[in-house]
Amino acid sequence: MKLTYPHMGYSYIAFKMLINDLGYEAVVPPEPSKRTIDLGARYAPEFACIPFKVLLGTYLETIEMGADTGISSGGVGPCRAGYYGVMHQKILNELGYDFKLIIFEPPQSNYLDFIKKIRSIKPRGMSWRTFIQLIKKGYRKLEAIDEMEYLMYRNMPYEVNKGDTAKAFNEVLKILDAAQTAEEIEDARWECRKTIARVPQDRSRIPLKIGIIGEIYVVLEPAVNFYLQKMLGEMGVYTDRSIWLTSYTQKNVLVEGKFGERDIHEMAHPYLNEAIGGHGLNSIGEIVSYAEDGYDGVIQLAPFSCIPEIMAKGIVPRVSREEGIPVMTIFIDEQTAVAGVLTRLEAFLDLLKRRREQKAG
Amino acid sequence: MPVRVGIPHYLGYFSFYPLWKTFFEEIGLEVITSPPTNQQILNAGVAEAVNDACIPIKLYHGHVMEIKDQVDLLFVPRFVKVRKLGTETFCPKFLALPDLLRASIGNLPELLDTRVDLTRGRFELFRIAREIGERFGVAPARISRAYIIACRALRRYRGLMFKGAPAEEALACLETDSKAVVQNKQGELSIAVLGYPYLIYDNFINMDLIKRLRSFGARVFTAEMVSPRKLLREAKNMPKQMFWYYSNRAMHAAYYYLNRMRVDGIIHVTAFACGPDAMLDRLMEMESRKWGRMPFLTLSLDEETGTGGVETRLEAFIDMLKRRKVVPL
Repeated sequence: MKLTYPHMGYSYIAFKMLINDLGYEAVVPPEPSKRTIDLGARYAPEFACIPFKVLLGTYLETIEMGADTGISSGGVGPCRAGYYGVMHQKILNELGYDFKLIIFEPPQSNYLDFIKKIRSIKPRGMSWRTFIQLIKKGYRKLEAIDEMEYLMYRNMPYEVNKGDTAKAFNEVLKILDAAQTAEEIEDARWECRKTIARVPQDRSRIPLKIGIIGEIYVVLEPAVNFYLQKMLGEMGVYTDRSIWLTSYTQKNVLVEGKFGERDIHEMAHPYLNEAIGGHGLNSIGEIVSYAEDGYDGVIQLAPFSCIPEIMAKGIVPRVSREEGIPVMTIFIDEQTAVAGVLTRLEAFLDLLKRRREQKAG
Repeated sequence: MPVRVGIPHYLGYFSFYPLWKTFFEEIGLEVITSPPTNQQILNAGVAEAVNDACIPIKLYHGHVMEIKDQVDLLFVPRFVKVRKLGTETFCPKFLALPDLLRASIGNLPELLDTRVDLTRGRFELFRIAREIGERFGVAPARISRAYIIACRALRRYRGLMFKGAPAEEALACLETDSKAVVQNKQGELSIAVLGYPYLIYDNFINMDLIKRLRSFGARVFTAEMVSPRKLLREAKNMPKQMFWYYSNRAMHAAYYYLNRMRVDGIIHVTAFACGPDAMLDRLMEMESRKWGRMPFLTLSLDEETGTGGVETRLEAFIDMLKRRKVVPL
């Protein structure tokens, strides 16, 4: 079995290790490029959202590289992402590819189905104990990757020489990629922390603080959101983003979202009193949370035609007015160009700067 | 003076209006409904609603703008679930509707944003009715009576729709208590028109689609003309149910008209940039192709759609169907 999986941020390193550990051949998905999106947009429905198109493009590219099975996640709606699996499978079949998608639904929705799919992944002859240990190890690596990415964005606005932190991060990815056993991963984690901390910093700066919210895929995949966080970091802006793959797994996959994210949902309740699918409710709650934490502004990232985020966008002006925090929404689709985003970003930063000066006196 | 409750003439209206109206009137409220969609409502909606929204959301805003100053209370139910089928719920716009209105329209009257989740228990609808009734201090016996009469009205309405009367005609029949004159008997072609009730039955936004098709000499079939049980039986054709009530209904109806009762063609009416329809439309298209090459037309509607464009496309589609009938493939 030649397994592939969607490309989401830097998580591919952890999944590659896990699949190889299980004894399959991992086909590492290439980073989404112009070609990926073009391929996806050619065969996807016109108004499908950009994650759908990127994923479809990724599958097509990995099929070219020899993959025959894909692993992805399902969902229970009302976000369309839960239906991706069915649609992707049908479209790929219609194109004549012999490609099988294994879609993992959240375990709470159907335990039996979940266990059946887990068993289809578990190699014969491997004990459950080893299998679970391998998954845990993969998760460790995922956590390490998330932590390093977090550290990079945290340190970026303070770096003395532009681009040093990003360089250090690339090194870090290599170190993590090389670590194979649980001990090695733990050691690598320490080494990575040091590598990033070693970048010369100027802590006297007081950067603008921006929170990044929105739909999980466009927030997590830098290749789709034009490396927004890196771009902002190199402009000297401190960014914090609301979603990480590991935090999402803990709050939404292992326990049901309405328990795992109760605090953020409660924050949203004065403005939106119902889970509307995707990350709509979270987006509202997180704006409130960032406002309370004293952030200067919030950027909402969303795929074009994403209904939950459009609903959130409709409510955002009221939240923004009542909580006193500027919010900019960027809708991303295959037509969005980096120049347009950059212009809007610069204008938004100017606004935030002026606001801060006014507040100061 | 009785409390005036306003019902926007859109979205859930086409499926549930007789229930609401009868119930409110029976418990002694005055019901004010916005007029059928017109250009002014469309313009007001486009001006008020969030600009990335689909046309149904904009139209709903327009209807609210139209009556918000004439009423004490606006009935904007929050539809969550009306039946148990997989993880089915409603399109996010139904889920967020009251909150969205509060955020985007100023000077709103109070909203009666009843949460409708009928999967919570067998008597959930009655519980909701009682909750609303008690809010206005109506006696329990009167609420029960109103509830029963309202349910009967909804059943009659659905019966009329089942026989083929479009929403407006069915409502007119209910109003005058007359029998429906259904002009669906004659016609050489039969066409299934599928999609959301608020697109198929709103004669302004779809430019009299049903009437137009009938004038071309076609019999029109919709999802409302299949009994719910038969619709549900088609659910097994899908590997996984969709998450949206109306989308599932449309998809099940598509399966019904594909394998149980062959029609000559299927028209899918969709709103421009509708999220769920991106999936639904492609699924329908693929299934139509698979189940013996059923002719399939997607009619996309938005605020810019002109009559001419729709007419041309329909004519071409009908011509194609007629030719296909003469020369079987």
